[in-house]
Amino acid sequence: MKSTVAAIALAFSVFVGLPTTSFAGSEDIVVEDAWARASIGINRPGAAYMTLRNTGTDPVTLVELETPLAMMPDIHETKTDANGVSSMGPVGEITIPAGESVALEPGGMHAMLMRLQTKMVEGETFPLRLNFADGGTLTVDVPILGIAARGPEG
Amino acid sequence: MSRRNLFTYGAAVTVALALALFIGWWRVDGPGAPEPVAQRPLPLTQMEFQMTDQGGETVGPASLLGNPSMVFFGFTYCPDVCPTTLSDISGWLDDLGEAVAEMNVVFITVDPERDTVDAMAEYVSYFHPAIQGWSGTLEETARAAEGFRASYEKVATDGDYTMNHTASVFLFDAEGQFASIIDYHEPREFAAPKIRRVLARAEEETS
Repeated sequence: MKSTVAAIALAFSVFVGLPTTSFAGSEDIVVEDAWARASIGINRPGAAYMTLRNTGTDPVTLVELETPLAMMPDIHETKTDANGVSSMGPVGEITIPAGESVALEPGGMHAMLMRLQTKMVEGETFPLRLNFADGGTLTVDVPILGIAARGPEG
Repeated sequence: MSRRNLFTYGAAVTVALALALFIGWWRVDGPGAPEPVAQRPLPLTQMEFQMTDQGGETVGPASLLGNPSMVFFGFTYCPDVCPTTLSDISGWLDDLGEAVAEMNVVFITVDPERDTVDAMAEYVSYFHPAIQGWSGTLEETARAAEGFRASYEKVATDGDYTMNHTASVFLFDAEGQFASIIDYHEPREFAAPKIRRVLARAEEETS
């Protein structure tokens, strides 16, 4: 039973992690543990998190995000200074070194979903397209968890 | 070198050493010392501000006296730090169980223009039921932040704005004395013991 679940999970992760076309580098990116929080209405920006793993031998650069859910998706980073003051701003491109992972996680980087077009409803998913510097793209189905979720497990 | 020259040389070295020590003292402990980076919040009894809680009641620092309190600043249009802090706090409260029944847990918005009483009420309803949401006027918000030695700043983004703000969680004892701080930096597992200490102190004082 457990192995069946694992097999399905593996098959699913392979499926969501499959690039649409073959390009130098970006086809080696595997997205794991993608999740987002539900939103209250559409006025507040949403956030999505995931781990980008580069299984290849070349560094890969993520340059842009696209989703029908939000007009302005962008990678943002939260920084907290020595006085405990947190600020947030766009990070631009993210390079995932060969054989390494970059985590988008609470308190660090996140996919900031600005100008939501629809409410993010718990239990639903939304497609998030990652555009890489080599022209490759990867579309991830991001599960929407509760507003109080702390990680991919809820 | 004559004895006299040796003496002059020795005196010069002594003076130089004393001067170096004095400069060191001046800059580290003396009047020239830099201001401590993060100042401690005032006791709740010395703060003065008025806000409205999620139920529409008028509240202020005096409302928190009598029980230990946990207070933090944020805003509901914050996609990352604030829901994370609220979820973390909800988790700590769940872990502490019955012990926190008497604790005040207050989320104060630094963005009252968007975070109306209704907005705060809806937002906090998604987290642990002990968490209150306070909203005040811009002026009262500034007074509250001053008392807690917290800072915040409106930052324009593309046609919108976000808020930079102190993300630490402040702990006070039942008398309103500042007890401890939970930094956003620190590993989250250190938080529950800090809260437990404040709660234990409150119990000792009442028994």
